[in-house]
Amino acid sequence: MRDMKRITNAAALSVFWFAGLTTVVLLGAVILYVFVNGIGHINLAFIFTRPHGVNAEGGIWPMIVATLYVTGLAMLIVTPIAVLAAVYLAEYAVQGRLVRTIRFAADTLAGVPSIVMGLFGLAFFVEGLGIGFSVLSGALALSFLMLPIVMRTTEEAIRAVPKYIRWGSYGLGATKWQTVSRITIPAAMPRIITGIILATGRAVGETAVVIFTMGTMIFTPVLPTDPGRSMTVHLYQMAMEGINLPAAFGTALLLMVMILFFNLSARWLLRRNRRMQG
Amino acid sequence: MNHTLAELQSGVAPAADPTVKIAVKGLDFFYGDFQALTDITCDIRDNAVTAFIGPSGCGKSTFLRCFNRMNDLIIGTKHAGLITLDGQDIYAPGVDPVDLRRRIGMIFQQPNPFPMSIYDNVAYGPRLHGMKKKADLDEVVETSLKRANVWKEVKDILGRGGLTLSGGQQQRLCIARVLAVQPDVLLMDEPCSAIDPTSVQKIEDLMAELKSSVTIIIVTHNMQQAARVSDETAFFLQEVMGEPAMLVEFGRTAEIFTSPKDKRTEDYITGRFG
Ligand SMILES: Nc1ncnc2c1ncn2[C@@H]1O[C@H](COP(=O)(O)OP(=O)(O)O)[C@@H](O)[C@H]1O
Ligand SMILES: [Mg+2]
Repeated sequence: MRDMKRITNAAALSVFWFAGLTTVVLLGAVILYVFVNGIGHINLAFIFTRPHGVNAEGGIWPMIVATLYVTGLAMLIVTPIAVLAAVYLAEYAVQGRLVRTIRFAADTLAGVPSIVMGLFGLAFFVEGLGIGFSVLSGALALSFLMLPIVMRTTEEAIRAVPKYIRWGSYGLGATKWQTVSRITIPAAMPRIITGIILATGRAVGETAVVIFTMGTMIFTPVLPTDPGRSMTVHLYQMAMEGINLPAAFGTALLLMVMILFFNLSARWLLRRNRRMQG
Repeated sequence: MNHTLAELQSGVAPAADPTVKIAVKGLDFFYGDFQALTDITCDIRDNAVTAFIGPSGCGKSTFLRCFNRMNDLIIGTKHAGLITLDGQDIYAPGVDPVDLRRRIGMIFQQPNPFPMSIYDNVAYGPRLHGMKKKADLDEVVETSLKRANVWKEVKDILGRGGLTLSGGQQQRLCIARVLAVQPDVLLMDEPCSAIDPTSVQKIEDLMAELKSSVTIIIVTHNMQQAARVSDETAFFLQEVMGEPAMLVEFGRTAEIFTSPKDKRTEDYITGRFG
């Protein structure tokens, strides 16, 4: 009987261990594959020059600029809206039907396939509002994608601020707004920033939305109304049209490094915060 | 001089007695449908330490939170009866609970420094209420930390995070933070139950010094502490689960501990002294 238990236990343990190992191996394989194929192509010229020639030799500078531009702008658009909405939901709204509806809408928005969001961006921003294929259209459409992520993480971050810390503030004669703005939001800030970074990482890797809204033109955008091609779109075209596979892998590797950087900085922020508060 | 129930209910206007800081008359308190307190009547003396004792769940914290209207923050609470501070009804329509809480500071069982520097923790209240000059703030921070018996330990690390201190130091930091807004009443809800003995000693010392200028109410489960620090003691009891708690006995601490009038008080105290 006891042996049986021990065997079941060992079996379960090895299944878990195997599943965990598979995850790590898969991730490692993907990274390694892209790394091996891409690293040979990456050098300063690849990062800092324009592509030229029929096979788009040369660098991907315009795509890097367009990618950072569109995600940065999307972040600027989304942060104030999402944070204010989350503060309202967590601190002010009477918890009831309306709040549940807003939360459900946010969760559903998060689940909308990005190609649908791209189609919407094309119809609404590019054509409807007449902004045209541009960084601005792309950023607006991307902000729809980021909004629910930032909103929900912010809401949870605010709720996670302990009640007795707020009470300390109220106990000193602080008003609700003073408590929210001087205690609750600053205390939640590291986790809010983490949410923003994760959403930004998601946006950097987004393809469908930007192909519909920013276009595919190789152009180094300066104004928000300029068009551009994101790194993901470039990667797609290089690979699918068989133009330049090594350049595609080089782009892929740079993209992965960027996203890894976002995720690592989010983790670093959380850790630092835990150390400071613990 | 124990106040008998008859004395307490005789209806002497509380404002007429200048030694009374807070007067409570016939207070009932409800969390939704659950009544937590029934018909509490008592006078809290000015410039004295009053201890609230009684088993867990008998409404001591609830009662304490009535004085600074902290219960207003909990949805679904309501009360009946009268509480006056210096003769003024604190639940009167014109009273802003935010102003009231400046005058009635509160210390919680769990030390709750804000996630900011020691200096900013203490300066938080004065800044809220409009103090801006660095020199003024410096002075308030120093005086408050001194009054809270923690200055020596933190004077060289004022820029460090409040949460890096030990639990006992954090609690004294919280006391300094409250003193910085110069309250005339200090509510302490089991302030010593989560901290080290050295800090407990320091807090008991500072209470003795503060009481010439501040009226203190302390909830404690430690009978020795109640006997050491308080001038008057109130014993609360919830006799039946689900029924409201009441004030069983209230009087001079020396008398409550040596010759309680009520059998239930005696049983509780002797039980707790072991
Ligand atoms: N926020 C709350 N909501 C509902 N009931 C509460 C709340 N806080 C306390 N109570 C109830 O009120 C009673 C008194 O609690 P409390 O004042 O915390 O007692 P004590 O501080 O003496 O241990 C308990 O029965 C408790 O369950
Ligand atoms: Mg309590």
